[in-house]
Amino acid sequence: MSYTFNWSVLWSGQSGHWLLQGLLTTLELSALAWLLAAALGILSGALRTVPLAPLRYAAISYVEFFRNVPLLVWMFFWYFGVPPLLPRPLQDWLFNHAAEFWAAMVALGVYHGARMSEVIRSGIQAIPRTQFEASLAMGLTTFQAYRLIILPVALRLIVPPGTNESLNLLKNSSVALTIAVAELTFQTRQIETYTAKAIEALTAGTLIYLVLCLSIATIMARVERHYAIPGLISRGGAA
Amino acid sequence: MDLSVIVNNWNFLIVQGLIGFGPFIGGTLRLSIPAIVLGFVLGIFIGLARLAEARWIRVPATAYVEFFRGVPLVMVIFWIWFIIPQLLRLPIPEYGVALTAFVIFEAAYFGEIVRAGVQSVSRGQVEAATALGMTTTKTMTYVVLPQALRNMVPSLVTQMIVLFKDTSLASIIGYVDLTKAAQIVNNREIKPFQLYLFIAVVYWICTYSMSRVAQRLEHRRVAA
Repeated sequence: MSYTFNWSVLWSGQSGHWLLQGLLTTLELSALAWLLAAALGILSGALRTVPLAPLRYAAISYVEFFRNVPLLVWMFFWYFGVPPLLPRPLQDWLFNHAAEFWAAMVALGVYHGARMSEVIRSGIQAIPRTQFEASLAMGLTTFQAYRLIILPVALRLIVPPGTNESLNLLKNSSVALTIAVAELTFQTRQIETYTAKAIEALTAGTLIYLVLCLSIATIMARVERHYAIPGLISRGGAA
Repeated sequence: MDLSVIVNNWNFLIVQGLIGFGPFIGGTLRLSIPAIVLGFVLGIFIGLARLAEARWIRVPATAYVEFFRGVPLVMVIFWIWFIIPQLLRLPIPEYGVALTAFVIFEAAYFGEIVRAGVQSVSRGQVEAATALGMTTTKTMTYVVLPQALRNMVPSLVTQMIVLFKDTSLASIIGYVDLTKAAQIVNNREIKPFQLYLFIAVVYWICTYSMSRVAQRLEHRRVAA
């Protein structure tokens, strides 16, 4: 193997700046997409357990369709397919305001919302049916029962699988490079293009992802212990 | 909605893109089926290595799994894309790069499934097999693995579906799968909405039928 290493490419020139920019974009994209995914996931996950059939079917079709199609296809769909259908002024505004970023955010959020929904549904279904019946017997409406009884308990049950899913979202944000969002993987490739030092650039990107994922996992393990419901959750996972 | 773009390019999208027959070496199925089989085989070794008594086997296997589960697949594809030609001093076709990347990456996930499956087999089974005079290898192949495999079926199928969807990422290094085929057609016809929605439906039909088969298998397992 005749490869000469030159690690200084990572801090000389603009590389360091690019990596930092990429990291910030990755975090920004993931955080916004996570909010969207959590909102969609909680809504559709809860709707899948309600006693009203039309609402349940709407939620099921959302989850089954978006979850079972590759994220890359959704990226292309939201970036290339949808904007031409929007009204002209909105299109102009979008393409002047980083359309690729918003398309990536929607693609990530809607895709992971469908996957979150599964996590939340199983959390809700892990709660004994009698709790719901008891809250109705106490005179709460269905909505109140969900808001005050079911969801607070379910959200604590889903911390471990929810963390897993959030890390998947973070890692999947790298797919946004296909529609030219300048996130971490994109910047790694850019360093490689400018310096022709593939191994160094890829090592830097890989290490940043690893550190990010491992530290989030460590923090969440603490949160998990803090929010564990005594007697319901055995150490580390849902009982 | 004008669907003529799909009808006119049906052969290229389905026969070339999805199945893999045509002028290009490509195809989603031609990549995903070997990737699933090889990834699972490597995953069995990694899963068993994680459960090994010897530290020098267990620790590297654990590190392997933790590493690949903490890194995006796109990154792994780029690694293989740059590293393998450097190491072997010869250009590797996209198919080889993509297949290697998927097998290495997904083996970490399959490994976790195998580990969980083996751990779900009760300890008494192993003790009974040992008491009968079976060697460790025999215990594994005749007693533990067949039962573990049955417990693994639901999560295995989920992972296969994930891998099937992930193969779309091979298009970023130029492998002509279903996604790349749609891109190629779109560059000529400029009908992104119809094309990408169409391939979304094709992917959905494949993955949804896989999950239905899995449900049926599970019911049969419960009934038996």
